[in-house]
Amino acid sequence: MGSDILEISINAIKLIVIFLLMVQLVPFLVWVERRGSAFIQNRFGPNRVGPLGLLQLLADAIKFLWKEEFVPQKGRAFLFYAAPVVALLPGALAFAAIPLSVPVYLEKFELFGQTWGPYRIAIQGYELGIGIVFVLDASSLGAYSLLMAGWGSSNKYSLLGALRASAQVISYELSLGLSLVGVLLLYQSFDFSDIISAQVGPLSFFFAGHDVKVPFLPNWGIFYQPLGALLFFAATFAETNRLPFDLPEAESELVAGYHTEYGGLKMLMFYIGEYGHMLVASALMVTFFFGGYHIPFISIEGVRTFFLDHGFSLNGSNLLTSLVFHLVFLLKVLFFLWVFIWVRWTLPRFRYDQLMDLGWKVMLPWALCNTIVTALVLLVAKEARF
Amino acid sequence: METLLPILFLFVFVVIFGSFLVFIASKFGPKVKAPSQVKEESYECGLEVQESKTTKISIRFYLTAILFILFDIEIIFMYPWAVAYKDFLGSGKGLYIFLGMGVFLAIFIYGLFWEIKSKALEWE
Repeated sequence: MGSDILEISINAIKLIVIFLLMVQLVPFLVWVERRGSAFIQNRFGPNRVGPLGLLQLLADAIKFLWKEEFVPQKGRAFLFYAAPVVALLPGALAFAAIPLSVPVYLEKFELFGQTWGPYRIAIQGYELGIGIVFVLDASSLGAYSLLMAGWGSSNKYSLLGALRASAQVISYELSLGLSLVGVLLLYQSFDFSDIISAQVGPLSFFFAGHDVKVPFLPNWGIFYQPLGALLFFAATFAETNRLPFDLPEAESELVAGYHTEYGGLKMLMFYIGEYGHMLVASALMVTFFFGGYHIPFISIEGVRTFFLDHGFSLNGSNLLTSLVFHLVFLLKVLFFLWVFIWVRWTLPRFRYDQLMDLGWKVMLPWALCNTIVTALVLLVAKEARF
Repeated sequence: METLLPILFLFVFVVIFGSFLVFIASKFGPKVKAPSQVKEESYECGLEVQESKTTKISIRFYLTAILFILFDIEIIFMYPWAVAYKDFLGSGKGLYIFLGMGVFLAIFIYGLFWEIKSKALEWE
């Protein structure tokens, strides 16, 4: 994790901060969801506690804390308690593998009367060469918490909800995995950093002996893989159990699905898990198809020299550059989170057979088609460098 | 080991954080001295609670799980192929790697259409 005590502690704190970033985004997102749904349905939404109702979720969290503890008599207590803890894991583990900003290079500096050597601090929990495989792996752990909750509650609604959820999650994982093969074909790497750095600059590629350059468009993955992006985004809706794929908690049929028996903080932890999953899905969407943390047409060096010219030290301008790019990344992610919320309050729910048909008979063949066409185009274009 | 250490650290931290939340939730909430029989039961819409251990589960779920394993393994095989694809194109073996995967994909597609045709994916 590092070579000396300062670097190790920086990396450890970084991991915790990234996890807490995910956790603290949940109250904000719930607020956006409630206000957004109110806006869409022409209502007011929470507007009493604090300005614009912003403190509503703080009040809710305190209320959650004072709820009575409850385990169903016939429930399996260990599974019942372990399920919300496991629900936190997939989002947290996956989100830490995604690069959030430009790595910070720190020159030698003095602190506590000692000189600390040059560091390179990546703004991501851990740098993995096989980031994509790891994220897919971690996010598919989500099915376990659903099954544990359903089985541990010993309630038929919970069990049915959990079964539906796991069947749905694994079905859509096929299209999710397959829609990424096109991205891998283009960027030939499992590393997020390689994929992001391949999307810098204006749209330009080499096709059938011609250098094609579109100066007014950024070099984003969406322009090479529109179908892949669409399939990926649709599959993540099913993975996160959001409308229109929220069959696991279809309240008109299953009360509340797998979390029927949960209340208080344990319920909140399922929410953290769900919103964390949404956050990961949006971050992946941005990383694969929308240029990651890069600003279109503005280079990292440009931002750094801007700060250097305005009288910041080298370390200071490196830090500020990283901050600027992180804010850009957050802005893009928030847009996709808003799309998640927008879709939820716009589309009705699928019927279960329609859901399965869509996953197996529509999205899987189209994802296959996308893979074959991408491979074929690359083959025909010969030594194409995208 | 060096790369696994942060993952392990985060894993342990999240588990401790989650367990702590569950623990304080059980400490802060009000305690009921003598809970009634009905309250202790699992939720039901106004009926007597039925034993859930004998709940019959549709065979479709098992079938879906088996098909998932088959197809998912096939998709995982495409990942290294996709990453190595351009290297083969660059060394002039493009047709070889494309057709190699083409045979595999043909079996995949045949399998998928066979599943659909034999109604393994029909939900009532």
